[in-house]
Amino acid sequence: MDALHPKTPSHVAEAVRWAAAEKTPLEVIGQGTKRAFGRPVQTTYTLDCSGLTGITLFEPDELVLSARAGTPLATIREALEEANQEFQFEPADLGPLFGKRPGRGTLGGMLSTNISGPRRLKSGSARDHVLGVNAVSGRGETFKSGGRVVKNVTGYDLSKGLTGAFGTLAVLTDITMKVLPKSETEATLVLHGLSDEEACAAMAKAMGSSGEVSGAAHLPAGIEGKTARTVLRLDGFETSVSARMNVLSALFGGEQDRLDAATSRNLWATIRDALPFAENKNRVLWRISCTPGEGYAVARDITSLSDARVFFDWQGGLLWLEMPDREPQEGLVRSAIAANGGGHATLIRAEAATRAAVEVFQPQPVPLAALTQRYRENFDPHGVLNPGRMNA
Amino acid sequence: MSGLVMPKLDDAVLGRRQQIVADLSAIVPGEGVVAADNEMRVFESDGLTAYRQLPLVVVLPETVQQVADVMRYCGENGIKVVPRGSGTSLSGGALPLGDAVLLVMSRFNQVLEIDYPNRCVVVQPGVTNLGITHAVAGEGFYYAPDPSSQIACSIGGNVAENAGGVHCLKYGLTANNVLGVEFVTIDGEIMRLGGKYLDADGYDLLGVLTGSEGLLGVVTEVTVRILQKPQSARALLVGFPSSEQAGACVADIISAGIIPGGMEMMDKPAIHAAEAFVKVGYPLDVEALLIVELDGPEAEVDYLIGRVEALAKAAGSTTLRVSQNEEERLAFWAGRKAAFPAVGRISPDYYCMDGTIPRKQLPTVLARMRKLSQKHGLQVANVFHAGDGNLHPLILYDANVPGELERTEKFGAEILKLCVEVGGVLTGEHGVGVEKRDLMGEMFTEDDLAQQQRVKCAFDPDHLLNPGKVFPQLHRCAELGRMHVHKGQVPFPDLPRF
Repeated sequence: MDALHPKTPSHVAEAVRWAAAEKTPLEVIGQGTKRAFGRPVQTTYTLDCSGLTGITLFEPDELVLSARAGTPLATIREALEEANQEFQFEPADLGPLFGKRPGRGTLGGMLSTNISGPRRLKSGSARDHVLGVNAVSGRGETFKSGGRVVKNVTGYDLSKGLTGAFGTLAVLTDITMKVLPKSETEATLVLHGLSDEEACAAMAKAMGSSGEVSGAAHLPAGIEGKTARTVLRLDGFETSVSARMNVLSALFGGEQDRLDAATSRNLWATIRDALPFAENKNRVLWRISCTPGEGYAVARDITSLSDARVFFDWQGGLLWLEMPDREPQEGLVRSAIAANGGGHATLIRAEAATRAAVEVFQPQPVPLAALTQRYRENFDPHGVLNPGRMNA
Repeated sequence: MSGLVMPKLDDAVLGRRQQIVADLSAIVPGEGVVAADNEMRVFESDGLTAYRQLPLVVVLPETVQQVADVMRYCGENGIKVVPRGSGTSLSGGALPLGDAVLLVMSRFNQVLEIDYPNRCVVVQPGVTNLGITHAVAGEGFYYAPDPSSQIACSIGGNVAENAGGVHCLKYGLTANNVLGVEFVTIDGEIMRLGGKYLDADGYDLLGVLTGSEGLLGVVTEVTVRILQKPQSARALLVGFPSSEQAGACVADIISAGIIPGGMEMMDKPAIHAAEAFVKVGYPLDVEALLIVELDGPEAEVDYLIGRVEALAKAAGSTTLRVSQNEEERLAFWAGRKAAFPAVGRISPDYYCMDGTIPRKQLPTVLARMRKLSQKHGLQVANVFHAGDGNLHPLILYDANVPGELERTEKFGAEILKLCVEVGGVLTGEHGVGVEKRDLMGEMFTEDDLAQQQRVKCAFDPDHLLNPGKVFPQLHRCAELGRMHVHKGQVPFPDLPRF
């Protein structure tokens, strides 16, 4: 495969214009850490954007950071940390699930997959923190959307419109994100021995309290421990965290304990990156978003008919589901969701042949699928950007 | 109406008006169709009252199927449709067109489901913003985005405009608080995006629809996130001898890792107008007044009040009060919340602008605005969402003085160009509508606007839904779809390719 290595946004425009003229599709990648996420793309040329790097603006007291799309997340994290700031949506590092080293990936890859982590529940995902983008459409035209300010309703929000699009609409060249101060500290309350259903109820109770819980996950027996643990995270100023911890703890009876900041951080990084399921790369991995209160029922319907393993984040609204082998059992997974309040399932990890054969992303009703198709064609009429990555 | 050009009236549609009214009456029977001029008068403008126009006919559907049938009928017959919620838009987003059906969603006023365990509420689009909070307040919950018009504005309109409010910095805009919608396209298809779960699947069409000003579809149901009401809230009222110092104080607060629930600034003319109106004890000898509200658990609020107090003093505040009880906190806000009517009292008319700027540019922008004020001979008062940089200059004028409205609009346009020049945007929360439509070129290139219009083409290829709003020029979708291609060599062959 031939690779093009643009160093500037105008290189990108030149490359896509050429591809559009020749009707030659391009596989658009950053560092390629999540290349196995989505349907396989087969093209003669790769557009490798990992050379499109550099933080172009960072004003901590304005809570804004802009960088070229290929900038390594590690570089950005370093700059943010120096200012004691972070992306509040806690982007997951999915690399290890695909056998890649941890700590890699680019800003563009993060936005293109709309990754978030446990704090999604409270603070939104990448799409809630993107302020503006510059991009090159599949037509080879450079355009921008949004800006560098939080409050902006000038024109359609195409920054959100390109987020989570897996590079199938346009090639992102510059991205501006909202950044926020890091919490002073954090702590986690652990509830022991709850069933999945009891855990979903407990997490709902915690989220509905004034405790401002920033993470609510449930690790059933056999996931990171012999017995089940339901974990509730608080972060913020020290005085506030300790006061809230007492309030939260009093809401629940049963066996409890508390994790200090360092232990809490480690545990939530494990949950964020789905590390319990990083071990067996041959097993199919699903990521399911469903109504939080129905999470246990979705899991029950699947695990009662298979040897799948599961753990819950987002108050029960996010299920990481590891199948026992290479079989995705798509029908079982999707019907369990449909039968329990709806939602969507994404095939995160599977062999290329499997990802080519089944729907990796949630199939849509016909009218919405048609609208989606028209939406894509209006960015990329010749289908030159990552063709087939999301849909056949 | 000064110089605003709307799309050419469709004579064929006007000629068929009687038939159209009859057909629509069959779809929405009873009192769902309003066609008499005197009865349509109430719909002739929205919150931007300088512009008025009677619609072709007003339709008030009651069911989603009726909305779909009306849309399909209009789509098939080439009739334009202007959607309207409560009509509180300040940018003319719901301004009727003489040859368009005005689709009024006010009869969709039911709260359909309250789901506390999943912290969401499913409502019809005509429910007011505050109505959602009222429905859940008994259990200690609320809906966070709080535009000033929240008592009247509808949630459907909030979605169309991506409404904000004073609590955006901490709690986000409408887009960040909507989980799902049901909407109807111009071809009468009923579609759903998202639901009670997080992150709608597929492309983020929900993000595109939110803030699309009624140009892509008509929202018929909304699922919103509700939050537990903060345990406590306290506010500081801080006066500064200069806007620079007030601005520096805001930066210091944020740099200290503190994100207040609300952080508002007023300039001297706004302070004086507000104090004369509500008499809550605002200091009159300061150039800038800052209201900082901290909310959350009591222990946190008490701790942060102390820290913000210290930061404000270090930044050179000359007056500083901390609310000691709920009554006092509300009094601090009373002047700010009444700023618009307060300015209305000291001037026959006022024109409210809505730009956003990078916060640090505030002193520059205020200084240049003073010069513009002298140049145009018009007074201006400023209220500012200091945390997020959203600036609301209020230009004082008298519509009865010939030429003054035109001068005001010119002044307003120059302010917005200034906002863009310093790195900001034309509109922070009021929308483009017709008001800022012709300024879009200040912020966007032809290619930027063409790509936005192509998105419109995916939803509404014949430009039937709310035309004449947002985009300064309407291009045919076929024209937008055309590609000019240049065949050539593999690009930048001089670069390493492996």
